[in-house]
Amino acid sequence: MTWEPVIGLEIHVQLKTRTKMFCRCAAGFGAGENTQTCPVCLGFPGALPVANRTAVEWTIRLGLALGCEIAERAVFSRKNYFYPDLPKGYQISQYDLPSCIDGKMILPTSEGDRVIGIVRAHLEEDAAKTVHVGGRTGRIGGADYSLVDYNRGGTPLVEIVTAPDVRSAEEAKRFLQLLRQTIVELGISDAEMEKGTLRVDANVSVRPQSSDELRTRTELKNMNSFNFVARGIEAEVERQVAVWESGGEVKQETFDFDAATGALTPRRAKEEADDYRYFPEPDLVPVEPPAELVERLRTELPELPAARIRRIERKLDLERATVLVTGGLDALWEQTVAVGAERVAAANVIANNVVGAGVAPAAVPARELARLVEARERLPRAAFDEAIAKLADPGFSADPYLAQEAVSDTDELEPIVARVLEANPGHVEAYRGGKEGLLGFFVGQVMKETQGKANARVVSELVRAKLSA
Amino acid sequence: MAAVVDTLRLTAEEAAGLLERGELSPAELRGAYLEAIAERDGELHCFLRTVEETEGDGVPIALKDVISTKGVETTAGSRILSGYVPVFDATVAGRVKKAGLSLLGKTNTDEFAMGSSTENSAWGPSRNPWDPERVPGGSGGGSAAAVTAGLAPWALGSDTGGSIKQPSALCGNVGLRPTYGSVSRYGVVAFASSLDQIGPVAKTVRDVALLYSIVSGRDPNDSTTAELPEPVRLPEGESLAGLRIGVPTELNEAEGIEPGVGEAVRRALELVTGLGAEVEECSLPRSVRYGLACYYLIAPAEASSNLARYDGVRYGPRAEATSYQELVDRTRDEGFGDEPKRRIMLGTYALSAGYYDAFYGQAQKVRTLIIEEHREALSRFDVLVSPTSPTVAFRVGERAADPLAMYASDLLTIPSCLAGLPGLSIPCGLSEGLPVGLQLIGPQFGENLLFRVGHALERALAFDTVPERWR
Amino acid sequence: MAISRDEVLHVARLARLALTDDEIERLTGELDAILEAVGIVSELDLAEVEPTSHPLDLVNVWADDEPRPSLPLEDVLANAPEAEDGLFRVPAWRQ
Repeated sequence: MTWEPVIGLEIHVQLKTRTKMFCRCAAGFGAGENTQTCPVCLGFPGALPVANRTAVEWTIRLGLALGCEIAERAVFSRKNYFYPDLPKGYQISQYDLPSCIDGKMILPTSEGDRVIGIVRAHLEEDAAKTVHVGGRTGRIGGADYSLVDYNRGGTPLVEIVTAPDVRSAEEAKRFLQLLRQTIVELGISDAEMEKGTLRVDANVSVRPQSSDELRTRTELKNMNSFNFVARGIEAEVERQVAVWESGGEVKQETFDFDAATGALTPRRAKEEADDYRYFPEPDLVPVEPPAELVERLRTELPELPAARIRRIERKLDLERATVLVTGGLDALWEQTVAVGAERVAAANVIANNVVGAGVAPAAVPARELARLVEARERLPRAAFDEAIAKLADPGFSADPYLAQEAVSDTDELEPIVARVLEANPGHVEAYRGGKEGLLGFFVGQVMKETQGKANARVVSELVRAKLSA
Repeated sequence: MAAVVDTLRLTAEEAAGLLERGELSPAELRGAYLEAIAERDGELHCFLRTVEETEGDGVPIALKDVISTKGVETTAGSRILSGYVPVFDATVAGRVKKAGLSLLGKTNTDEFAMGSSTENSAWGPSRNPWDPERVPGGSGGGSAAAVTAGLAPWALGSDTGGSIKQPSALCGNVGLRPTYGSVSRYGVVAFASSLDQIGPVAKTVRDVALLYSIVSGRDPNDSTTAELPEPVRLPEGESLAGLRIGVPTELNEAEGIEPGVGEAVRRALELVTGLGAEVEECSLPRSVRYGLACYYLIAPAEASSNLARYDGVRYGPRAEATSYQELVDRTRDEGFGDEPKRRIMLGTYALSAGYYDAFYGQAQKVRTLIIEEHREALSRFDVLVSPTSPTVAFRVGERAADPLAMYASDLLTIPSCLAGLPGLSIPCGLSEGLPVGLQLIGPQFGENLLFRVGHALERALAFDTVPERWR
Repeated sequence: MAISRDEVLHVARLARLALTDDEIERLTGELDAILEAVGIVSELDLAEVEPTSHPLDLVNVWADDEPRPSLPLEDVLANAPEAEDGLFRVPAWRQ
C-alpha cells in the first residue's frame, strides 16, 4: 500500500509596522522589558483598542498577493481564554469574517504548476512573552514562577491558513520559501523563523494514495526553520504510516518536534478542550475597505515570485530560476545578463559565490559582476574570491582583479611542474602505477608554489603530459 | 464679601457665575461642598473617597468610581480593584480637568456598575437623601444621591441599562444617558462595551447640558465614538409648540409600574400638552416584552469577557497560590462579589459552544428588532415619554436577595439603551413622598431636542429638588 | 432545568472562578431561574434578521502608524502585585 501525506500549514507573520496593532506603542525589539507598553496593551481597566491603519492595508496587500478575495466586511472578534501572556483574558483576532479568503499560491514545478489553496488570512494581535524560572533554593517549596514582559504583546500578526493541499515535506519547504520571499518583497515583514517573525505549524495526516478521504490529523509545533518543518513532517508521516499499517488508528494529538533528536513529543492533553467563545469585538468597528483602496493596493503589487520563476525559467531552467527568485537574487541576475554575462554562469556565480560571500545583492554593480563572471576561469582563485567579496564596496571596479590573470604561460609553468614532480618521486610512481587521483595533489603543489596564481587547467594538462611521457 | 452657599440649591451654572463674578473664591466654593460632605455623607455614604489636592479652580464635580482618575484610587465598587490607583485619566476625567472643574471625589457604585441600588457595592450601599432607609438607585446611586444632597453640584455617572437615569429618578434630579458613541469610554472600567455610556447628573437640565458639552465628542482613543453632528445647545425656551410626543403603551402600562408613578407621569403629560406639544399613544410591540431578556444576555456576555482581565497579575489584590491557574481562580473568587459572579457565569454560558446561537446570537437579533421599533416610533414622534423607573425608591434589603426582582428595576430604561438612544430623566412629581422620574427618549444624537423638552417641562413642573426633610 | 450543576461547574472552569460548594449550589438555582427568564428570546423566529453587534453605524476607524510615548516603567509596575527586575511575576502555569 502506498500512502500519500496530506499536509496543511498555519503560518503566523509578524508585521513590521512601527506601532502595535491596537495601540501606538512602538513595535519591535531591543527595548528594556515592559518599556514599550501602555494601558491598552497591558490590559488596564478601561483601556480600549484602536486599529493600526497600516496593518489593515498590509493585510489586504498580502491577501491580494495570495490571490485572495478581500472581504467587503471584515469584523474583529474576541478569542477568550486565560494565559499569563494574554493581559485582557482575550485575544483580538478575526473569526467568522476575516479580511482575506479563498486564495492560492502557485508553486512552479517541473511537472507544471502545483496549486496550494489559501483558505484565509486574518489579522490579530500577538501575545506577550513569558519566561519560566525554575525553583530556587531557599524559597519555600522552591516553587517555579514566570516573569512576563508585555513589549511584544499587541504586535500585529497575520495568520495564514492553507488548505490541506501540500503533498510532501519537500513541497512544504518549497511552499514556505516562496511564501516567505513573497512576504519579504511586499515589505511587510522580515519573516525570519529564527527570529520568530515567521512561525509555522503543520497539520499532518496520511491516506492511501489516490483516495480522497481525510483521516485524523495531528498538529506539529515548535519548528523554527524550514528544514525542521520538513523533517518534522517527514517524521510524523512515517510515524502515522506505521500506525495505520500495524492496524492501529492515528489519534488527534499535538506534537513538539525536537530537531536535535528527531523526536516527536506529544503535548499533554489539556484537561478541557478550549472553548474560545468567539464573539464580535464590541470595542472595534468593522473593516469595510473602500473599492478604490483595494484597487490601488492591487495595482501597486510588484511582480510576484511565482510569476518571475516561470518567466526566468524560460531563459534558464526551473531549478536555477527557483533558487534565484526565492533567494531574492533574480533582479541582480537579470541586470548582469543584460550587460552581457552568460546566463548559466551568472546564475551560478550569484547563487554560489555572491551569496557565499555574504554580499547584499542590491548593492552589487551588475556591470562589474558581469566582467568577473566572464573572466572567472582566467582569474586566480584567490583574486576572484576577493573581488566577489568586495563587490558591494562603494565605487568598486573589477579592473585591478582582472589584471591579475592566472599564469597560463607554459614556459613559465613547466619548470615549476618539473620541480614538483622531482620533489615527489613516491607520488609519481604511485600515479604511474594507476593512482590517477594523485593528479590533484600535483596540481595543488604547483598552486602552492605559485601562491594560487597559476591557471589550474593549464597546470593540470602540463602535469598529465609530463607524467605520461 | 463671600456669598453664603446653600449647596442644596446651588446649580452648577449659578456656581460658575459666582466664581466668575468673584463673589466666591474657588477654595470657598470647594470648601462649602467638603463641609456638606462632612455633615451629611456619614449618613448617605455617597463618596468612597474625597480628594485633598486639586488643580481645578472651577466648579467642583464628583465622578463615579468606575471612571479612572490618575493618582486617585478607582475601585469600580469592587474588592478586586481595592487599592488600584490608575496611572492615567479616563478621557472624560481629562476633559473635565481641562475645563477647570475641580475633583471632589469618587462616588459609590454597584460593583462593576452591575446593579440598581448600590447594594452590590463592596463598600456598602449608599442611601437615598429623601429617605435614608431606601436605596438611591443604581448603579450610580452615589452620584445621584450626592447631587440631591448638595454634596456636589454635578457629577458624572455611567449608564449601561439605566444606571444614570434610574438613580436620578429615585433621587429626584436630572440624569442624561447620552447617545451611544457620543461620549468616550476610554478609561472607564468596562461592563458591557456596546451599552456603556458616561453621562451627566445634576439638578437642572441646563446643568446637564453644560456638563454634556464638556465631555462629549469623538475621542481618537475610543473607536466607537463619533463627532456630534451639531454643537450642544443650552435650552432656553418654554414652549413645546410643534413637537410631537409619543407615549409608548408598553412602556407606560407595563406590569409592575406603581399607580403613584403612573399618575405623576400622566399629570406631567397634561402639562406637556399645555406647553403646545401634541401627545399621542404609540407602540413598541416587542421592545418591552423582550428587552430585559435581550439585555440580560448581551450585557453579561460582554461583561464576562471584559472582566477576564481581573486575574491578580498586573494590578489589584492577589490570592495565595502555587500555580498560575490557582492564582487566577482564587483571586477572582475572592475578589468578585455575588452579582459580578452571577453575570460572568451567565455571560460565559450564553457565549459557550452549543449555546451561542440560542442565547447570545438570538439576543443580538432581538436587539435589531428593538432598534427598528424605536426607529419607527421616532420617525413619527420627536420624543417618547414614559416613567423612568416602575417604582419609587424601595427599601434597602427589599430586593437584594432576588436578582430577578432587582433586574426588573430596569424594565423601562433598558429598551432604549439597547437601541443606543439617548434618554433624559427629569423629576416630575412625588408619590408617597418620594420622587418620580419621567424619561424622555430621543433619536440618535437628539440630545438638544431632549434638553429643549426637558427644560420646558422642568420649568412648568417647578419640582423642588431639595428633599422635604431638609427644607 | 435550564442549567444543571455539571454545566455550572463547567462554566465556572471556563470563567476561572474557584466557586465554593455553597456558591455552586446557590448559583445553580439562580442561574436556572435567570436562564428560564431570558430564554423568552427563543419565542421569536428571527431566522431572517441580522444580528446587531454595534448600535452605532461606524466603519473603518483606524489610527496612523505613528508611535506615541509608552508608559514609564514605574507607572507600568505601579500597581503590580509582584514584580522582579522590571517584569511581572506570577506562579508558573501548572502542567
